[in-house]
Amino acid sequence: MAAPLVLVVLVAVTVRAALYRSSLAAFISERVEVASPLNAWKRVVEGLALLDLGVSPYSGAIFHETPLMIYLFHFLIEYAELVFMITDVLTAVALYLAIQDFNKAVFKKQKLLIELDKYAPDVAELIQTPMEMHYIPLKVALFYLLHPYTVMSCVAKSTCAINNTVIAFFILATIKGSALLSAVFLALATYQSLYPLTLFAPALLYLLQRQFIPIKLKSKSFWLYTMQYAALYLCSLVVIICLSFFLLNSWDFIPSVYGFILSVPDLTPNIGLFWYFFAEMFEHFSLFFVCVFQINVFFYTIPLAIKLKEHPVFFLFVQMAIISIFKSYPTVGDIALYMAFLPVWSHLYRFLRNIFILSCVLIVCSLLFPVLWHLWIYAGSANSNFYYAITLTFNIGQILLVSDYFYAFLRREYYLTHGLHLTGQDGTEAMLVLK
Amino acid sequence: MVAAGLLLLLLAAGPGQAGAGRARRDALREELLLSPLPAGDLAATFQFRTRWDADLQRGEVSHYRLFPKALGQLVAALGVRELHLALTQGFWRTQAWGQPPLQAPAGAELWVWFQPTVTDVDKAWKELSNILSGIFCASLNFIDSTNTVTPTASFKPLGLANGTDHHLLRYAVLPREVVCTENLTPWKKLLPCGSKAGLAVLLKAERLFHSSYHSQAVHIRPICRDASCLAVSWELRQTLTVVFDSFSSGQGKKDWSLFKMFSRTLTDACPLASESKVYVDISPKNKEKELLEVTPPPASVHEAIVQGDKRTYAVYDLLSPSLFNTSRSLNVQLKWKRPQDSSELPTPVLHAHRYVSGYGLQTGEISTLIYNTHPYRAFPVVLLETVPWYLRLYVHTLTIITKGKENKPSYIHYQPAQDRRRPHLLEMLIQLPANSVTKITIQFERALLKWTEYTPDPNHGFYISSSVLSALVPSITAMKDMDVEQSPLFSSLFPSSDGSSYFVRLYTEPLLVNLPTPDFSMPYNVICLTCTVVAVCYGSFYNLLTRTFHVEEPSRGGLAKRLANVIRKFRGVPPL
Repeated sequence: MAAPLVLVVLVAVTVRAALYRSSLAAFISERVEVASPLNAWKRVVEGLALLDLGVSPYSGAIFHETPLMIYLFHFLIEYAELVFMITDVLTAVALYLAIQDFNKAVFKKQKLLIELDKYAPDVAELIQTPMEMHYIPLKVALFYLLHPYTVMSCVAKSTCAINNTVIAFFILATIKGSALLSAVFLALATYQSLYPLTLFAPALLYLLQRQFIPIKLKSKSFWLYTMQYAALYLCSLVVIICLSFFLLNSWDFIPSVYGFILSVPDLTPNIGLFWYFFAEMFEHFSLFFVCVFQINVFFYTIPLAIKLKEHPVFFLFVQMAIISIFKSYPTVGDIALYMAFLPVWSHLYRFLRNIFILSCVLIVCSLLFPVLWHLWIYAGSANSNFYYAITLTFNIGQILLVSDYFYAFLRREYYLTHGLHLTGQDGTEAMLVLK
Repeated sequence: MVAAGLLLLLLAAGPGQAGAGRARRDALREELLLSPLPAGDLAATFQFRTRWDADLQRGEVSHYRLFPKALGQLVAALGVRELHLALTQGFWRTQAWGQPPLQAPAGAELWVWFQPTVTDVDKAWKELSNILSGIFCASLNFIDSTNTVTPTASFKPLGLANGTDHHLLRYAVLPREVVCTENLTPWKKLLPCGSKAGLAVLLKAERLFHSSYHSQAVHIRPICRDASCLAVSWELRQTLTVVFDSFSSGQGKKDWSLFKMFSRTLTDACPLASESKVYVDISPKNKEKELLEVTPPPASVHEAIVQGDKRTYAVYDLLSPSLFNTSRSLNVQLKWKRPQDSSELPTPVLHAHRYVSGYGLQTGEISTLIYNTHPYRAFPVVLLETVPWYLRLYVHTLTIITKGKENKPSYIHYQPAQDRRRPHLLEMLIQLPANSVTKITIQFERALLKWTEYTPDPNHGFYISSSVLSALVPSITAMKDMDVEQSPLFSSLFPSSDGSSYFVRLYTEPLLVNLPTPDFSMPYNVICLTCTVVAVCYGSFYNLLTRTFHVEEPSRGGLAKRLANVIRKFRGVPPL
């Protein structure tokens, strides 16, 4: 399987290199959908220029990257294009290896459940076969590398690509079963953008499953393992934050990075829901709604953990999608990461209800974003409401896509245990409803 | 006996009082300078200087005579060392009118040096701007941390200074401020004679505001009492510059007179003034013959080198008794002897021009062009730019190009802005080669503000205040080393170290930029729609998390199905 992967990587690198040399690179770098105040390349360059002038990059409101990013790009600024291409390739390879291992685990679990007669007799067509699972890792790598969103993110040199790489390594470490590496990469991901904190729950559930520790609140081994993992995670986080302090000898980066992510002072338009909401908010309620919107990202974790405790990787997918939709400064690079997982659930296709209309909505909205931006900002013939409307539609499309996949997943699980052909009490064909 | 004792007491008290009066001497000097500009315009500059030999800082003062009490108490109570306030309407066109005597940026400008004894400078600054707002009826109370900066290289103290810790300096400009009669009236009230006698009778608002440029300023600073500089005196200068346009005020004719300009003539000097003079600039432009004819003929002619140029002034001394012998009023009339031609346009040694380029509401670029027209001397200039926080400057895009090559500044101080708290401050020391144009460009991004942060007319745009250029310009004609204090004209505000160069402070144009605006009619709609999207997610996930799948019997059909079956029976089609 290495050869097709290498081919895909080569094609992706060629596409990116070609775009770097074209005139589209400057156009894409300026797009607000691709570059947000948190991860725009222009701001990284500005931060390094401020450091050269002897001014702390965090003294202004331009630079919101973490100190490790300053450290990284201080040495690699001349090879920036190469760095971003390499990060994309690393993300794709990490996802490939992770999904390969995951598929093996899924197949083993399926075999065990069949032998234990947990499945109904007539669900043969729902069982995943190694044949159809063979190409899924390659499809995942392909989806990630050649997705237009990822390509645009790479060409714009948005540091979202680096965040995605860290999360991909975290997923690989979790699926391979290494608690230490998983905790370290999760701490790094949280340090970079704060929201991956919610991925602690699915990772913990997967590691517990892998160690065959039952998830019962009274079980001592459960709490022991949880404490261990939490301790590893917190210690790595503390070490990384202290290292950042010693880089510039100040704690200024904490309000500049985390204070900025949480309090949303910059209202530059993007594909998320925050900017227009807080541009039109009554001053009196501003703090209340900031808190509500930030809690909204974090509070789906516990209910999802309770419902999906047997399926932590799907939980991870849904959680990543929720982060990408509801974070304070989303960009298309975040969306590309969770969309790369869609081939893993390709066996759910027959249960998806609205996939056609949702994919149309997403494609049309992606095409309309630059058009309506141009009409508002350059032509002056539209106003901000047009762009805002497309933002709303795009986010509704994403939300319904994720909930559609969730519905299909739960429905398949029901069929697996209760059989595909459902009959009512009088023997006639019956329907399945959610009640 | 008792009467003699009382008389003795009074006599003893008398010289004591007189002695106290002698120690606190104050003097008023008023001057009016009329300088004709190319193309027939005329600039009139008034200067009223009150100098008071008292130390306001030590709080010994209780009796105010010529020095206005409002300003004296302000200086004493807030620990002000120097105060400069200017209210200006219009822009001085340096290229068309020549170097200005004292330029001020459009709007309101306030810069203050505080005494080192002041502990909380920001609090004192806020109080000061509010008090001045009340005294001058100007909206100076809008000065807050979002438009105040602390320059490090420009705005050095103009009076006596012990040390220059720039943390005691504050500078703010309100470019949107408009000057009108409401601001002129309290300014006139600060004058010892008010507007009842002396040169101030000419200050009538209806004519003063019918002009191209109107600038009124107040400067307070401590100066040396005498040459030995052992004691400190306080100087208050009130200056008013107005440029009359030959077309709007002069009805197209280029002959001017005091009556035509101010609709008043001078009848006497202010009785409290020790000096009261009118100067008319009659310098010949091409050094051959005289350009202007002034009537009545001047009593004396004064020659001085001002801003590197040799100038000739006709002087009318209002205190001399011979002036009002022939007529009771003085109406100085200026007639041009021959028409001016364009070859006599002045070429100021230093002038600058600033503009915004770019299109759309996302990004833009500020460009400043600085011209050095001196034929062989290069000199450095300090450029101070204050840009509001909502135009995000990118200092890595700063480029300075002179004669096609990059010009690196020898000193650069940049303080980035903080959202809603502090503006950008960029100060650079740039060397200008002889006879060159320097172009400084910097790119910015426009921010989207909260809907409450826009002015009531958001599509008018937002003003960026003028940038300040300070330079010691080498003069083409060497200046004599004269007693600066006795010099009657405006060059004495800026201390000059030697005669070979003179200090110039120029301001560029203020800029107007548009920001993207949200729709102001939509707050409720936006809140509802965004919360709907969040609720859609919440609703879908709630359903999927709390409900489980159940097998359900197919229902017999509701009303719609039965109606459809009835219609089908009519059509002869099998029922559903």
